[in-house]
Amino acid sequence: MRYLPLTDTDRGEMLKAVGADNIDDLFVDVPEVARLSGPIGDLPMHAGEMAVEKHMRQLSKQNLAAADAAFFLGAGAYRHHIPASVDHIIQRGEFLTAYTPYQPEIAQGTLQMLFEFQSQVARLYGCAVANASMYDGSTACWEAVAMAGRITKRSKAVLSGALHPHYTEVVKTMAKFTGDEIADSAPSVQAQPDNAGLIARIDDNTSCVVVQYPDILGRMPDLAELAEAAHAKGALLIAVNTEPVALGAIKSPGELGADIVVGEGQAIGVGLQFGGPYLGLFAVRDKKHVRQMPGRLCGETVDADGRRGFVLTLSTREQHIRREKATSNICTNSGLCALAFSVHMTLLGEKGLRQLAGENHRLACMAAEKLAAVPGVTVLNESFFNEFTVTIDGDARQIVRELAKDNILAGVSLSRLYPGVDAFSGGLLVAVTETTTEEDIETLCSALKEKLS
Amino acid sequence: MNAPNKSGWKPSTPAGTEGKFGGPSTTTGNKALMLEEALIFEIGTTDTTGVDLPEIDASAPSKLGGFARDAEIGLPGLAEPEAVRHYTRLSRQNYGIDLGFFPLGSCTMKHNPRLNEKVARMPGFADVHPLAPVDTVQGALGVINELAHWLITLTGMHGVAMSPKAGAHGELCGILCIRAALEARGDAREVVLVPESAHGTNPATAAFAGYKVEDIPANSDGRVDLDALKARLGPDVAAVMITNPNTCGLFEPDLREISDAVHAAGGFVYCDGANFNAIVGRVRPGDLGVDAMHINLHKTFSTPHGGGGPGSGPVVLSEALSPYGPLPYTARTKDGQIHLIEEEQADAFSDEHFGGKMNSFGRMTAFHGQMGMYTRALTYMLSHGADGLKQVSEDAVLNANYILRAMEDVLHAPYAHSGPCMHEALFGDKDFAEGLTTLDLAKGLIDEGYHPMTMYFPLVVHGAMLVEPTETESKATIDQFITAFRSVVERAKNGDQSLKTAPHYAPRSRLDETMAARKPLLSYVEADAD
Repeated sequence: MRYLPLTDTDRGEMLKAVGADNIDDLFVDVPEVARLSGPIGDLPMHAGEMAVEKHMRQLSKQNLAAADAAFFLGAGAYRHHIPASVDHIIQRGEFLTAYTPYQPEIAQGTLQMLFEFQSQVARLYGCAVANASMYDGSTACWEAVAMAGRITKRSKAVLSGALHPHYTEVVKTMAKFTGDEIADSAPSVQAQPDNAGLIARIDDNTSCVVVQYPDILGRMPDLAELAEAAHAKGALLIAVNTEPVALGAIKSPGELGADIVVGEGQAIGVGLQFGGPYLGLFAVRDKKHVRQMPGRLCGETVDADGRRGFVLTLSTREQHIRREKATSNICTNSGLCALAFSVHMTLLGEKGLRQLAGENHRLACMAAEKLAAVPGVTVLNESFFNEFTVTIDGDARQIVRELAKDNILAGVSLSRLYPGVDAFSGGLLVAVTETTTEEDIETLCSALKEKLS
Repeated sequence: MNAPNKSGWKPSTPAGTEGKFGGPSTTTGNKALMLEEALIFEIGTTDTTGVDLPEIDASAPSKLGGFARDAEIGLPGLAEPEAVRHYTRLSRQNYGIDLGFFPLGSCTMKHNPRLNEKVARMPGFADVHPLAPVDTVQGALGVINELAHWLITLTGMHGVAMSPKAGAHGELCGILCIRAALEARGDAREVVLVPESAHGTNPATAAFAGYKVEDIPANSDGRVDLDALKARLGPDVAAVMITNPNTCGLFEPDLREISDAVHAAGGFVYCDGANFNAIVGRVRPGDLGVDAMHINLHKTFSTPHGGGGPGSGPVVLSEALSPYGPLPYTARTKDGQIHLIEEEQADAFSDEHFGGKMNSFGRMTAFHGQMGMYTRALTYMLSHGADGLKQVSEDAVLNANYILRAMEDVLHAPYAHSGPCMHEALFGDKDFAEGLTTLDLAKGLIDEGYHPMTMYFPLVVHGAMLVEPTETESKATIDQFITAFRSVVERAKNGDQSLKTAPHYAPRSRLDETMAARKPLLSYVEADAD
């Protein structure tokens, strides 16, 4: 077998060296009832590279790749062009096959990269400190809610109705076990986010207000107004961002007063991958909250010879030291995705990020304008970045399914995200990025025109 | 060709070269291939970019609702050649499996096959949106189902929750299933029992799920003290969390009896599957009465560790716990179509697949889990096949025992008397000279060109050293490691003070962790800022 270097001769010599007659002697502690012999169920035997690749290719061909479609899906996962050098770097064995940098003298590559990554994320979010990443945006969102509870010693989180419904579900699921109260609501499908309604739900027991920016319908809530209202009641504002490219065009959540900023970093460097692995981003505006943060943190220090170096630090917050008193049970981060994000961000730089954001917004404005001209289609948003909501005279989910047969992935229907809500049946989220062509937009418009006529 | 290395070449340091590697200082700080690298904030500028995008048209319409960003963000950019060089130079300051032997106990640092990487990048997997209409992603759902089938079959369990993002997330999933099952029968229990040798995530997970954590002591063989455990069981115990093979590298021979006792007392058994590599293909945890076990795809099934994630931690579940697993899950109906069961379809699918109501505790993550890891793990499983996976555990166990027996005459091996170890060998620092520690020995191994073993874990052994060679190492590599390991152990026992300042040949000498924690500098700050 190609991944096993021991030969039968080696095995014989080694068994002899350990005083065993055969391999079973090394498994003597396994009780008889649990010993397997012979084939395991219907599992196949080993196979060569060509056979395995062929099998997997056949599975892959049963999927419609985004590149082969006119593609408008978003809702928390965005398709952007990833420069070729990003994938080259993350496939270098020194990054790919390294472990968590517990031996910092031989892990400075990963550590310096994490320090740079933390600094990039902190700046993008308008925050003082970002951690070395979380599993994904949704789990980062829950961790932020839990952290706000620790800081304020209050147990009620107020969630905006326009928070990604999967994120809401994750927070509600986790809160069932911690006893936190989660006040959520359905999104109001209207041109502007319902800030007043959200503010009205903040009370003296509120630990945090959680609001997505841009929100699930693509709108821009006024974070400054929410921050002021939350702070007036002694609560924290948690801002959630699922499209980091947007922050090349719009003000950062930290700048607008959010206390904890979390989000999904997938859009930069990581790729769609059917939903994972993705990259949770987590930052705090004020460094006084650092010791309540979950997850790994990389910090600068010096070595015994006075040279600059980096280490994982403040680990007394973490499970391997604190055990049942840890700030989180998280034991890993999303290291390689953080590297992909950081490399892509370094290639972009401020200039490239702003241009990328500009191009996304330009194409999204064009798509909105053209879709608005299709009879039976109304654009809901007054403001948006690269994703907006349209309402169509028909069952949007059904239309999405039908258009997919012609390789048009028209968007994410609100019914997919909020099943069973009749009022949403005409709602469709349309995402447009720099990978969308004018021709794709025309294709979508004419297909919708035909369906709705 | 059956006698490799006929010439008998051995790596060596020729006499007379001691100290030579210190050498004169250089103006750059570089030492030939050992290259220093500045931060991107020191070499990049905000108006440099490594991508070609259209200039922003200031006259274009804006729908940003008055939130347009005006202040500078402060993100440095590099042109592509500079960026590639920056990260390449950084990469060379890292140790990885591709570079050498990486016996990090309980982490299973095995070779990461490149076919896995190639497959994960097929456009049909890499370039597919999680919310695409299910008709267009049948192959992706097929991967999830096929992998689920392998996991269920290899573990002898009833069901599997695929979505957990990592081992600790999987642990949480398992414990939440247990709590949901208990609550469903109106049974509020308060305590989770965890062996004192357990990984730190176990108590952290149980505490998060709202349970009080109590330790179970170990016996002198390094295993769970069965009598103490049985005596503690009662109507307040929700679950026992056991690692098998345990963190001392030993199989828990009483696990079946433990499970029976826990079940008789109305509780559940959670098994930490971090060490599944020792038994895959030879033992099915389901046969030992386990109710839930997470599987680290990045350990046993060779997906890359990536410098600290992303991981993937599917959880196999017993029949009693399966109905409580998290959404979403995949299921195949009689017509052969694979369905993604999200919140809306859960009820409709209940009867068909669980013979009763699906009673999910909820959602743990957006979307469906770590697809990019599923494709890699499935590729690995198909490559090895059932026969190859059995050989994997056998070779992993053989390599570990070979190291245990080659070291026990010079290094304290507290449980060597208990019989064979599984996939990792545990040692302690008992015989080291005054003032020399496990940390010093580990840094000495770095100078010898190895990544050190896991240090100071498990906590039950003083100065613990946990060595896990994995099955993807040759006998020659292991023999050479043993020679080096023995020599560094002798230095530690003889009080060789040069170990206190090791490593001497790494890109950095020991780093000041105290200073890092006392004055945390976690983000780059320009020199002229305050």
